[in-house]
Amino acid sequence: MFHLLNAGIDWGLAIEKLLLIVVVVSIALGFAMYSTYGERKVAAILQDRLGPNRFGPLGLGQPIADAIKLFFKEEIIPNRANKVLFVMGPALAMMAALMTSAVIPWGDKIIIGGKEVSLQIADVNVGILYIFAVVALGVYGVMIGGWSSNNKFSLLAAIRGASQNISYELAMGLSIIALLFVTGSLSLKDIVVGQQETMWNVVYQPLGFFIFLICAFAETNRTPFDLPEAENELNFGYHQEYSSMKLGFYLFAEYINMFMSSVLMATLYFGGYDIPFFNEAASTLHPNWIALLGFLSLMAKTIAFVFFFMWVRWTIPRFRYDQLMHLGWKTLIPLALFNMLLTAAIMLYLQGR
Amino acid sequence: MSTTEIIFWFLSALAIFSAIMVITRKNPVFSVLYLIVTFFAISGHYILMNAQFLAIVNIIVYAGAIMVLFLFVLMLMNLNKEGEPRKNRYLLWSGVIAGGMLMIVIIAALQTSKPEIVDSFSKGDIGLIQNLGMALFKEYVVPFEISSILFLSAMVGAVVIGKK
Repeated sequence: MFHLLNAGIDWGLAIEKLLLIVVVVSIALGFAMYSTYGERKVAAILQDRLGPNRFGPLGLGQPIADAIKLFFKEEIIPNRANKVLFVMGPALAMMAALMTSAVIPWGDKIIIGGKEVSLQIADVNVGILYIFAVVALGVYGVMIGGWSSNNKFSLLAAIRGASQNISYELAMGLSIIALLFVTGSLSLKDIVVGQQETMWNVVYQPLGFFIFLICAFAETNRTPFDLPEAENELNFGYHQEYSSMKLGFYLFAEYINMFMSSVLMATLYFGGYDIPFFNEAASTLHPNWIALLGFLSLMAKTIAFVFFFMWVRWTIPRFRYDQLMHLGWKTLIPLALFNMLLTAAIMLYLQGR
Repeated sequence: MSTTEIIFWFLSALAIFSAIMVITRKNPVFSVLYLIVTFFAISGHYILMNAQFLAIVNIIVYAGAIMVLFLFVLMLMNLNKEGEPRKNRYLLWSGVIAGGMLMIVIIAALQTSKPEIVDSFSKGDIGLIQNLGMALFKEYVVPFEISSILFLSAMVGAVVIGKK
């Protein structure tokens, strides 16, 4: 063990990254926890009700009560289910939801004791592709959960959900290709820095942003695309056989996905941690303060997007399945292709001038 | 041992272990899942060699798309023990002999050849996306475009078969 400790591993870096991972994951979990509360409050406001108001001031203790309820419910594993995969399903869904956070720049660097610490877990130069890989892996949680339950309806719902995710991934990818023409980099950090220097990408890519937004709704299984769990028309979905905290994990993963896609939209199209109308490079503030303000700015944008997700959920009814596929394949993909060609033509024209 | 070496040995062991599990599992769904683990281990090797683009594309294409389709088919086929066809014993032995001979040929070929070092370990930059893009769209642009036409024709063919 001792020679492992001296094995040329940069322990300072390892501890720094580990702390960052713990903080980021805790923020994501806490945010997801309180978005369940936010969801119910937003629904209540839109439907002219009060919403949760029993536990704690303004009902703020409600998520804790929900978590306790889910943990103490009886855990049921169906008799003929594949037990290993049945347990693995929710874990995979959770893992895929949290993995996105690794490449998102949560703020500029901070200085602790003379040491610069970047507020990004990994600045890989294929950041966007990494996010695609993780989004693609999100399908496994759905499919394994649905299949291992050994229930026809779960399996059908899982396949419904998986094909929806795969279909909308394509349009999402095409809309991002157009964004890459503008930014010229796949690293999320570079994309944010580029937006700080010029304008936000949404100005250059309004159509691309719109397509990305629709696809984000479909990827997170939110209304109007929440067919995987349309409990009143189809059936409850791929998590039909799940109970207790396993069901909780599936539902929770949806909220984490919503948080992550909101952060992603803010990062890609709305400047990330850029503070609007404020020149970070020329300011005399301490870098730590700028990092904090930038983080708050990112969170404000994220909360706005999460609110939009909820607003849509309680306003718009869901699509029928054929309408969903029609929209994905015959409307969004041609539109995204058109956007890509248009962007490429304009960029070439500007370069050649 | 340095960090890179520890990761290298861990990934190699993981890749070989999961590759063996792929061919020894009775349940094909488990085989597919172990194959995905193998792809992840190989992607880890690509990252060690600083070929980030290749690593991520390996995961997107194989783990994210092809294996999902495999799972789709396997889950809908409803495989069970009763429906499994009886295997011919002679076929089994001929497979073992042919596989063993292939292994001997590969070992013989690799034993005498000297591995050419294209780039030093974890320092190279030919796998980075800028360099790869330059190579694909400047030096190898014609083969690249031809292979994309091949993909297009495969796609059209799939649509034609699907329409029938």
